[in-house]
Amino acid sequence: MIDIVLLSLLVVIAIAIIRMKDLFAVVMLTGIYGLLSASFFVAMDAVDVAFTEAAVGAGISTLLMLVVITMTGRKEKSTRHKPLSALFVVMLTGGLLIYGTLDMPYFGSADAPIHKHTSPRYINDSMEEIGIPNIVTSVLASYRAFDTFGEVVVIFTAGIGVLTLLCVARSQKNDEEIDSINDSMHQQHLVIRIVAKMLIPFIFLFALYVQFHGDFGPGGGFQAGVIFASAIILYAMLFGLSTARKVINQTFVQVIAALGVLLYGSVGIVSLMNGGNFLDYNVLSSNPIAGQHLGILLIEWGVGCTVASVMVVIFFNFAGRRAFQQHKKQAQDKESSAC
Amino acid sequence: MIAHLPILQVIIPLLAAPICLLLNRSKLVWLFSLLASGLAFSISILLLQQVMTSGVISYELGGWQAPWGIEYRIDNLNAFLLLIISGISTVVLFAAQTSIEKEIPKDKHVYFYVLYLLSLTGMLGIVATGDAFNVFVFLEISSLSAYALIAMGNKRQALWASYQYLIMGTIGATFILIGIGLMYQMTGTLNMEDLSQRLPEVAQTRTVFVSFVFVIVGVCLKLAMFPLHLWLPNAYAYAPSIVTAFFAATATKVAVYLLIRFTFSVFGLSFSFTTIPLQTLFMALGLFGIFVASTTAIYQSNVKHLFAYSSIAQIGYMIVGFSLSTVTGLTATLLHMFNHALMKGAIFLALAAVVYRVGNVELKNFRGLGRQMPLTMAAIVIGGLSLIGVPLTVGFVSKWYLLTALVEQGWWPIAVLILLGSMLAVVYVWRVIEVAYFKEPLEQNVEVKEAPMSFLIPIWTLVIANIYFGIDTRLSVQVAEAAAQSLFGVSP
Amino acid sequence: MLIGLFNDWIVVVLMMIGLYIVIAHGNLIKKLIGLTIFQTSVFIFYISMAKIDGGTAPILADGITQYSNPLPHVLILTAIVVGIATTALGLSLVVRIKESYNSIEEEEIQQQDNDEQLSTNKAEENA
Repeated sequence: MIDIVLLSLLVVIAIAIIRMKDLFAVVMLTGIYGLLSASFFVAMDAVDVAFTEAAVGAGISTLLMLVVITMTGRKEKSTRHKPLSALFVVMLTGGLLIYGTLDMPYFGSADAPIHKHTSPRYINDSMEEIGIPNIVTSVLASYRAFDTFGEVVVIFTAGIGVLTLLCVARSQKNDEEIDSINDSMHQQHLVIRIVAKMLIPFIFLFALYVQFHGDFGPGGGFQAGVIFASAIILYAMLFGLSTARKVINQTFVQVIAALGVLLYGSVGIVSLMNGGNFLDYNVLSSNPIAGQHLGILLIEWGVGCTVASVMVVIFFNFAGRRAFQQHKKQAQDKESSAC
Repeated sequence: MIAHLPILQVIIPLLAAPICLLLNRSKLVWLFSLLASGLAFSISILLLQQVMTSGVISYELGGWQAPWGIEYRIDNLNAFLLLIISGISTVVLFAAQTSIEKEIPKDKHVYFYVLYLLSLTGMLGIVATGDAFNVFVFLEISSLSAYALIAMGNKRQALWASYQYLIMGTIGATFILIGIGLMYQMTGTLNMEDLSQRLPEVAQTRTVFVSFVFVIVGVCLKLAMFPLHLWLPNAYAYAPSIVTAFFAATATKVAVYLLIRFTFSVFGLSFSFTTIPLQTLFMALGLFGIFVASTTAIYQSNVKHLFAYSSIAQIGYMIVGFSLSTVTGLTATLLHMFNHALMKGAIFLALAAVVYRVGNVELKNFRGLGRQMPLTMAAIVIGGLSLIGVPLTVGFVSKWYLLTALVEQGWWPIAVLILLGSMLAVVYVWRVIEVAYFKEPLEQNVEVKEAPMSFLIPIWTLVIANIYFGIDTRLSVQVAEAAAQSLFGVSP
Repeated sequence: MLIGLFNDWIVVVLMMIGLYIVIAHGNLIKKLIGLTIFQTSVFIFYISMAKIDGGTAPILADGITQYSNPLPHVLILTAIVVGIATTALGLSLVVRIKESYNSIEEEEIQQQDNDEQLSTNKAEENA
């Protein structure tokens, strides 16, 4: 029953998103949409996915969108061209999908083909073959480890893409001026800053817990990476981007991102050297189970490193661009008032 | 190491990308990328040899057996594609260093190579894999890097083109994801080989029908098949020239490959061509594509735009060959994929050289280039003749096979239409030639000189390949035929 | 049938709302939000097919025999990451577009491009 309630709420929010013109409200609703779908995933037993969706859908992506609307303005203009043709395309696609559902196995039925063919092996044998209780981690990090490698590369690609688009050519003078704007902005909020300072170590600790606990419960490299990055982002938001950049050098973060991908890849290369196939962890150690443990541990670290550093790179560049824009605007204002 | 060639094919460029980021020195990174791409090319040659002599290679990633783990499966078809992609990538990369010097700010050179290698990785990964979901992952690697590369173009239109491509590309990828989900729901597997065995049991269900439609529509969005082509011309025209040369020669081929893979191997010939009128539909869309895009090409004032529309028209020829669903038709399509990569690679690299010397590729700036840049323009002429399908060029070979395939089936009227379509190619190619050879140069361009060697060598490598494979067709035809026959289950 | 497929139908509605926002709205940020909703709804579709009545989360524990299918969970973990990667890249494009066109409305950008094209064509004719 809970799933139907959640789904109905999702529909309500989605419709509200269509109708709202204030982008700030829309972004917040999108965050709620992410959070609600995360709750739905919990109801569907997908705890790992819920964890990730909550971190990404309600966390990172909302944050990024908020940063962007501070740069682009928060009003959507009410020019809606071609709603009819859009409606036509949507009706056609939707109708086709509904038609397709008619022969689908019913919701929750245990006889559906997907529960009969590949998944029994994962459920029944993963303990013997991999030796960790969280089946999702077994599949993610071993059976289908190459997909996960691809996923790490996707996030790495996105990081480099954002860098090429937003990185600002830095000069000493520019930096100092931008810093001064930033610092003046972050003088207030004393209470929050002190609380945050106390909180941040615990966030790091939690990230490490999630990193290592992924074998036994929900969690793993990706979630840990996001949490780790969020602590740094929190720091940057409260103490100013320039301060954060002094603590964590951006080139260093890029290097970590690259090293994460390389760590993942080199686990595969080592298994090639040891006579196995790419990413075959059995050959990493004399005991296959120990090999699996080692392999999973290492690649989860690779994932964690890349995800955390790419998230930090993305945030730094968005925020840095914003500071750069403000700086340019101020310089222009000064010029025009001087005239 | 021979046994690991399939995976090395993909992970060499993949791992080279983060290493490039660490090296962080433009020239060094260029040499390193060239090395990685060249290695991938040599591996693809070895793989093709191996497949041609001893049949399909299966490689189990992580050592897990196929439907549980991910499998790389190399047969004639994807070995052929791997060769095209890595070969073109290497040749294009050769000219990259000189070209991006003028088009991309210095501090972004390293990122350019990283993204280029990632994009190459994505395409190779899509082609090599035998797992439907793995296709989606690598599709996204290649797409994300493509968006970023296109946005590096120096006009603001590049940003807008990239954004539009991002929206269309993501819708396409999500459609493919829905299709794969429906397939998985009905069969419980993601492995293509396994799918092809399990799908016939449930072929009559409405769910499988819908999953087929979604996969095909998603692929056609990526393919820029008429009428879903609107993102392509601007993306190609405003991207940095090197990126255009690389994508024009390879990206759409990868999408055509996916179309062939899903219709022939996964869903199977009888399902694909009987449940929906794919033949009539694709034949019609292919022909429309040829005529509409060729006609639009004639009216372009920017030469990159002109050849971008020509690419959409050429996709039309591939689709027509595909829609015949005969061995000869498919051979024609595969040949045209190979040949089109050679022609468009040569033409767009030559255009990159023009950008290097002149600054842009507006048609008016081509005045007099025939004398000022004789070798570069000669390359465009030969590439253009090949597009038209003049004998002794590769274009002739694939057109010939396409016409044979049509006549074989008694589709005379269509064959005539194809010839008419080629006439349109004569018109747009002539427009460029006329301006370049029979007009005096513009004042600001009198100083223009021939392109440097770093352009001429890769351009003429491709031009000579255009002629060589137009005369000695044994290699390309043999491979294409073998690939087509194996898809139809005919033993050669 | 109504109960058995109800979830799927709502998910289809959600997907279509997302797709509608992408196609019909002209604001570039709103389009990306539509894309997010579209993708998130596809995730919901995948996750609901993994559910088995009476099953629990796929983490092995004593005394439990029925687990939900772990594979779709793995696929969607990957897909979520792909989704955020696309969103981040899309947003950075939006920032740059705003800087160079001073607008994030599709129509206005298209208009500016068309104007530019027209003026260059005119200049050419005059020459």
